[in-house]
Amino acid sequence: MIRRLDRWRPLRPAWPPVALRLDLRALAVALGLGLVALAALVVSLGLGEYAIAPQDVLRTLLGEGSAREEFVVTGLRLPRALVALAAGAALGAAGAIFQGLVRNALASPEILGVTAGANVAAVLVIVVFPATPIALLGVASFGGALAATALVYLLAWRRGASPERLVLVGIGITAVGYAIVTGAIGAVDELVYASQLIIATTGSVYGAGWPELWTIGIALAVLLPPAMAGARHLDALRLGDDVARGLGVPVEGERLKLLLVGTGLAAAAVAVAGPVSFVGLLAPHIARRLVGGGHAGLIPAAAMAGAAIVIVADALARTLFAPVDIPVGVLTAVVGAPYLIALLFRSGAMAVR
Amino acid sequence: MSRGAPTRVAGGGRLSLPVVLGLGGAALVGALLASIAIGATVIPLDRALAVLAAPDGSREAIIVADARLPRTLIGATVGAALGVAGAVMQAVSRNPLAEPGILGVSWGAALGAVGAQVALGIGSPAAAVGFALLGAAGAGATVVLIGSLGRGGLSPARLVVAGAAVSTLLWSVLQGLLVIDHASLEASRRWLAGSLSGRDEASLLQVAPYLGAGLVLALLLARPLTALSLGDDVARGLGQRTGTVKVAAALAVVLLAGAAVAVAGPIVLVGLAVPHVARALVGRDYSRVLPVSGLLGAVLVLAADVAGRRVMPPEEVPVGVMAALLGAPVFLHAVRRGVRPL
Repeated sequence: MIRRLDRWRPLRPAWPPVALRLDLRALAVALGLGLVALAALVVSLGLGEYAIAPQDVLRTLLGEGSAREEFVVTGLRLPRALVALAAGAALGAAGAIFQGLVRNALASPEILGVTAGANVAAVLVIVVFPATPIALLGVASFGGALAATALVYLLAWRRGASPERLVLVGIGITAVGYAIVTGAIGAVDELVYASQLIIATTGSVYGAGWPELWTIGIALAVLLPPAMAGARHLDALRLGDDVARGLGVPVEGERLKLLLVGTGLAAAAVAVAGPVSFVGLLAPHIARRLVGGGHAGLIPAAAMAGAAIVIVADALARTLFAPVDIPVGVLTAVVGAPYLIALLFRSGAMAVR
Repeated sequence: MSRGAPTRVAGGGRLSLPVVLGLGGAALVGALLASIAIGATVIPLDRALAVLAAPDGSREAIIVADARLPRTLIGATVGAALGVAGAVMQAVSRNPLAEPGILGVSWGAALGAVGAQVALGIGSPAAAVGFALLGAAGAGATVVLIGSLGRGGLSPARLVVAGAAVSTLLWSVLQGLLVIDHASLEASRRWLAGSLSGRDEASLLQVAPYLGAGLVLALLLARPLTALSLGDDVARGLGQRTGTVKVAAALAVVLLAGAAVAVAGPIVLVGLAVPHVARALVGRDYSRVLPVSGLLGAVLVLAADVAGRRVMPPEEVPVGVMAALLGAPVFLHAVRRGVRPL
């Protein structure tokens, strides 16, 4: 892609004493994708058994709606929709970080073992302590995701954690994780448990409310700033460890930090929404086509793309087979994967450029 | 192929083939006997063999004949098939991490069988073996295609990542089908767990022709596979038609892995671990590696199954879980040693 010089706008305010280089194109793309996500949110809030027109949804959100609309929109649908939005954003950003970190455009939380860790933890909790309240399931998923990343990192360590070993060890851990999850689905006595396990390991925002929104909101607020601060290191790491070291990046330290940030984002999303598959894989691809490979532009764009994907997918998941509420993760996989494969065929973009 | 010339390869075995086959055979007999005798109820070996030879209608006789014998036969057959399939895949791709589970072939077969169940109402996965084979072939082809896209072609790590991405897709679709269709979930979840319990000889007979054909084809390919495992250039230099060999090898893998999944569900990492052990024992000549892989695969799956029955009785841990846990260390060892072409 040809980078025109006027794409960059230097910013040197008198105070605070910082100098920034604004990527106007990335800014525009992120805002545009954000608007798409918001529009989808408004439409989605109106969909359901009690249908409300988008303009009425907007009126209700501004506090002008009828009591009934108020209850349905802000009471019932808004928390779930916002959780979908935020989880999508976290997964998209995490995917962008992971893909840069391991220099492979097929990397994602699903492949690096993060999702498998969350799944195995959730499954073990359901199987071993069936009486556990659902709220604790999120805690277990979060812990499982972090533990799996720690395991992957330790097992991949051999005089440094090379990107290739990280991704391959992650794949091995994921394979074992799948075996354990399918094993548990087959081994539980009752069918109810089996389908509960499937939903817990597929990704669904069914029943998500304000507590989940707080969780994912705090995670985004805490983890996005270090992600953005690490963007320039990701740009350097993408060129290879040796080049990055030559550019003065403390390679192993930055890699561990970014891995933790990405895992935190993905783990928080998985904790509130389950492993919504292919969002972390797909969103960075869409973003990369729009803003190019620089991570300062890529991470926010991928977050916005992820938010838009999950909110649209959740709207479809609620309405397509109504009254059955299928897990949103099934939809993102069925729609996202063929799109991703088509994308790969067209661009041949296997390696991160 | 230079007919008559020895295909012995440098870095050959530390043990001679008869010794390995003898020890492996002894291990297999031990695993078979353990699988007949050990379970939630442990039956003394002499008693188990006695009721097997002459059923007397006792509880032990029924357990041995109806439960233990079929699952033992299925376990041994499936393990052999997975071991050989993994060895063939590693030889062709020169990739130490290649195996049906990691490269998506097993999940393709699983989705094929479950899809046939959901869409066409075919009762058991073993009856849907044709669809399992189709799914295995489709998944394998997709992975190879995606893996070869872009600059640099089919590098080992790239192939594995493509396999993982496709596996994620197949797994998600599978979960989606099962969450929508509860009847299929109930019918197939035990099978999907990679479990050998509750299977009968009939399902083994349904897939036996495919397994047999796959085994024969793989063994016929042993010599060309040895050449191919040294690289396309070497194989071509020896006068081999590499394209033909690769297609035949892919067919053997689809037959073996697809039929194994149809009868026992996706059991991962067996096909990865076994060829590594086999190569360490007998070297890199695939006319030795393939039979040893089959033997060791059978032993590994039987051992995993027996262990799964005793880990937390009376509950059973499905063989798929145990086998993955047993295979994982070999996977990690191979990764840490560096994934360079074999």
